[in-house]
Amino acid sequence: MFLINCPFCGEREQSEFKAGGEAHIVRPKQPTELSDDEWAEYLFMRKNIKGIQFERWNHVHGCRKWFNMVRDTSNDQIKAVYKMGEKPPVK
Amino acid sequence: MLNNLRFKTSKFIDETYRVSFKFNNKTYFGFKGDTLASALLANGIHLVGRSFKYHRPRGIMTSGSEEPNAIIQLHNNSSRTEPNVRATEVEIYEGLVASSQNCWPSVNFDIGGINNLLSPILPAGFYYKTFMWPASFWEKYEYFIRKSAGLGKSPKVADPDIYEHKYIHCDVLVIGAGISGIMAAKMAAKNGFKTLLVDEKSYLGGSSIYDNSEFSKINNQITSSWLEKEINEISKLENLEIKTRTSVAAFHGYNFLLARENITDHLPINQRENKVRQRLLKIRAKKVITATGSIERPLIFDNNDRPGILLSSAIKKYIDLYGVACGENNILFTNNDTAYETAMSLIQRGIKINAIVDNREQIDSKISYEVEKNNIKIYKGYTVVDTYGYRRINKISIMKLSKDGQTVIGDKTNLNCDCLGVSGGWTPAVHLFTQSGGKLKFREEDQVFIPNVYPSDQISIGSCNGDFGLEEIIKNTLSSIKKFLDIDNSEYKTVETISGLNQSKRNIWLLPSNKSIGKTKSFVDYQNDATAKDIKLALREGFRSIEHVKRYTTTGMGTDQGKLGNMHALGIISETAGTKMGEHGTTTFRPPYTPLTFGTIVGRNVGEFFDIFRRTPVHDWHVANNAKFENVGQWKRAWYYPKDNENMHLAVQRESKAARDSAGILDASTLGKIDIQGTDASEFLNRVYTNAWSKLAVGKCRYGLMLNEDGMVYDDGVTTRLGENHYIMTTTTGGAANVLGKLEDYLQTEWPELDVYLSSVTDHYATISVCGPNSKKIVSKVIPDLDLSDEKFPHMSFKNAKIDNIKCRVMRISFTGEHSYEINIQANFGKSVWEKCMEAGKDFNITPYGTETMHLLRAEKGFIIVGQDTDATLTPIDLQMDWIVSKKKYDFIGKRSLYRSDTIREDRKQLVGLLTENPKEVLEEGAQIVADIKKSPIEMLGHVTSSYYSPNLKKSIALGVVKGGKNMLGQKLIIPMENKNINVTVADPVFLDKEGERLNAKL
Repeated sequence: MFLINCPFCGEREQSEFKAGGEAHIVRPKQPTELSDDEWAEYLFMRKNIKGIQFERWNHVHGCRKWFNMVRDTSNDQIKAVYKMGEKPPVK
Repeated sequence: MLNNLRFKTSKFIDETYRVSFKFNNKTYFGFKGDTLASALLANGIHLVGRSFKYHRPRGIMTSGSEEPNAIIQLHNNSSRTEPNVRATEVEIYEGLVASSQNCWPSVNFDIGGINNLLSPILPAGFYYKTFMWPASFWEKYEYFIRKSAGLGKSPKVADPDIYEHKYIHCDVLVIGAGISGIMAAKMAAKNGFKTLLVDEKSYLGGSSIYDNSEFSKINNQITSSWLEKEINEISKLENLEIKTRTSVAAFHGYNFLLARENITDHLPINQRENKVRQRLLKIRAKKVITATGSIERPLIFDNNDRPGILLSSAIKKYIDLYGVACGENNILFTNNDTAYETAMSLIQRGIKINAIVDNREQIDSKISYEVEKNNIKIYKGYTVVDTYGYRRINKISIMKLSKDGQTVIGDKTNLNCDCLGVSGGWTPAVHLFTQSGGKLKFREEDQVFIPNVYPSDQISIGSCNGDFGLEEIIKNTLSSIKKFLDIDNSEYKTVETISGLNQSKRNIWLLPSNKSIGKTKSFVDYQNDATAKDIKLALREGFRSIEHVKRYTTTGMGTDQGKLGNMHALGIISETAGTKMGEHGTTTFRPPYTPLTFGTIVGRNVGEFFDIFRRTPVHDWHVANNAKFENVGQWKRAWYYPKDNENMHLAVQRESKAARDSAGILDASTLGKIDIQGTDASEFLNRVYTNAWSKLAVGKCRYGLMLNEDGMVYDDGVTTRLGENHYIMTTTTGGAANVLGKLEDYLQTEWPELDVYLSSVTDHYATISVCGPNSKKIVSKVIPDLDLSDEKFPHMSFKNAKIDNIKCRVMRISFTGEHSYEINIQANFGKSVWEKCMEAGKDFNITPYGTETMHLLRAEKGFIIVGQDTDATLTPIDLQMDWIVSKKKYDFIGKRSLYRSDTIREDRKQLVGLLTENPKEVLEEGAQIVADIKKSPIEMLGHVTSSYYSPNLKKSIALGVVKGGKNMLGQKLIIPMENKNINVTVADPVFLDKEGERLNAKL
């Protein structure tokens, strides 16, 4: 079970958090101008990487804040956590 | 016999404290400090169980948690019964009742033993191969297979014991209190680390604590004496917490571990009252030191499973720790030096050793010379080829090994014995290390897997790290702990060791025999009766992966997870397949390391604490008035209120009629309520609901439908504009938390520029809904100051009011289609306001109604329930709710998805009303809807989502989803049921008062 360093609260048990899928997917500003394929790309397509993955997490049983995490899915090492809107601190 | 087998020696046994216990209905005696296994052995009992498949007699084989055979049922037929308990781990207490498993009528004579004779036709995969056809017969086979399979019996009544969970946070966790664990704990604690030391045994010190041999010394003291002083010293350390009888079950990522602490299992039953039996420790450690030791390997030869065959180290422990001799005429069979330590322990007490069979040609250690000096015959370069004796071993045959160890040569020699100790060397207990994600490497010299790559801040020390010699253990423990904890002071000045053993070993995974492999039973997994022959068969049949061989032969799949024989299985596979050991890897070790009771896993979360109950502020009134309850999420909602002998149908019919004829009252407190404030609140609602909100006036209410980004209906509810920048949103009862989560998600991640704040206020308010033609009269009595005239307080509007000086919010909104009011008041006044409404409504036959009536009333009006009539595949268009989807708004969540090629299909499932040909016939919710029953296969058009008998319409009504249903109005369809076909007609989903006359009637 992970120990997650919430950027607002500090280290907490994983059971306080909820994973929210891939990070840095921006909702299109003008959805009506997108083709079906372009909209489907935003709506359905997500990466499933073995290795470094950028994810959204929510401290749902804590401060309720969403934040981003860089995690190596091959060994579950959390490389970094950072606030929404910030650039990832690692590549 | 007791006198011949019990030796007065041990400080671990209290010979003044006699304990009586029952085994298979017979009373025996042991002493305090005995395990069930040691007490049985002291009574001359080896045969304790029958094997899983062949029902072969099996005896006690080990002295610890790795035991595969001596698994017994405790307290059969009582509420405290527990199956599959290892006799080697049960400490005896007054009143203990144990019995053998997997045998009938008794362990001495077991009818299932016939399987042993049938074994030539019961090869690996027998069940898979035999019971495959005819497929329809499986149900018949299954009954008999299940009856004859299984080990213990599960309890039939509730467990009376108390269990609990506890969190522990520490700097350093040390697992295992053997010699290296004790040293590590002392170094950690003395250097200021908050340390926890756990061990599964009842005592500290591991196997060294009873090592009284002259052949292993530390600082010129006998090992056990040196260790006792160490234990005495650490027990006084403030920084160190020590827990015995505590077995680590799981080692998860990020140094999160689960351990079971056994608190009362060793106490007499009458001393356990009101005490917690077992505790699940949830340990989060900054650093973990694993010192779990190693497990002695058996040797794989023909008939290596008879009662009386034990691990050599177990024989040593029984005599040294418990003062119990396992036999009076012993033979030891070994491939390494440790069996000679056992020999010395037996020699010291004058117990006869008939011979030692050692498969090494050359033996060169001080301890072996000492054994030879005692006139013990050592057969060098020999192997055991067979054993004899049904319920207890009585003879073995040995033969000379060829130089390469692949065959046997010369003549057979028979030797008598009543106990055979075997030692195949040691396997590091790396189970916890690999559970944590650690990667192993294979060490060729002595054929062991040892820790290689650590996934977290942890280290393995001692023999679980592959250090087997005393000198190595101590030297490496000191240096690795210093480095691991980054400390200068090891607390140990000099530690000098003397050991009479050397580490030579002749490893042969499957010992050769004079018989062909097909004629032998060389057990690799004792508990599941998997033999070397089975493994070779699996390889012949094409299985290559160790994981596949494991599942096909069931090797390592018993409750012991193959702690003894897994390595041999790997060895035999690589020898047969001609591959290298290291390449195969091991099978996966999964938690728990030893079985956990269900009680430990659930802790206090039983009965009413199994899940949270959420009760509304009016709950007690519902209980007092005979309500039946329904679970909605975690809420207990009043379902219906039966009067006299009413069943649910009658109660609901009465309640529904009363609500339309005069007045009904509903506790709607469970609806989710989200307080929304901020200058961008209107814009926010515009984006999350399908309809427009900017023009909603202060004091007005509006129904909203919320979609997912894929266009499917997610939630609905009425939102009220309380002020310019202040709204209160209601959500479905079950959806409240998810809706808040979703709104927060968009607000924080997509639209952080919006000035909007969300707060859940579900629990803060009680919501009481009064409906029906007399609702206005009732509410005006409860809140006389409020002007309820239609001009001042029209449908879909809101007023602040006061009841007895307590502020409340009153909304005129309706989920029943009747004129109705919702009073929202601070939760703690909910019950008294409810009672006020009941009092005020007395003259109008005000009738409390529950969720079932609410569902019926709204179905009459064709109002959907999200989650009942919808299932995340329906758009608002599918629900015929086009009217609520704004055409003008540029964007809202899900808008773009409403005109994807898939969502604009005409033949999507769409919500329709259904009327049965026979108005008395009520459809079953979930029933399939078809058009043509003659077509094969029948095409399923949809299903019934809601169905009721309407007392107001005096007919059956239903809602359902049907492919292309929108254009099928008036069409006949069929609901095929088990014993009849029901004819229905597609109808408008609004069955009652489509024009809203009741809603807007002048009252």
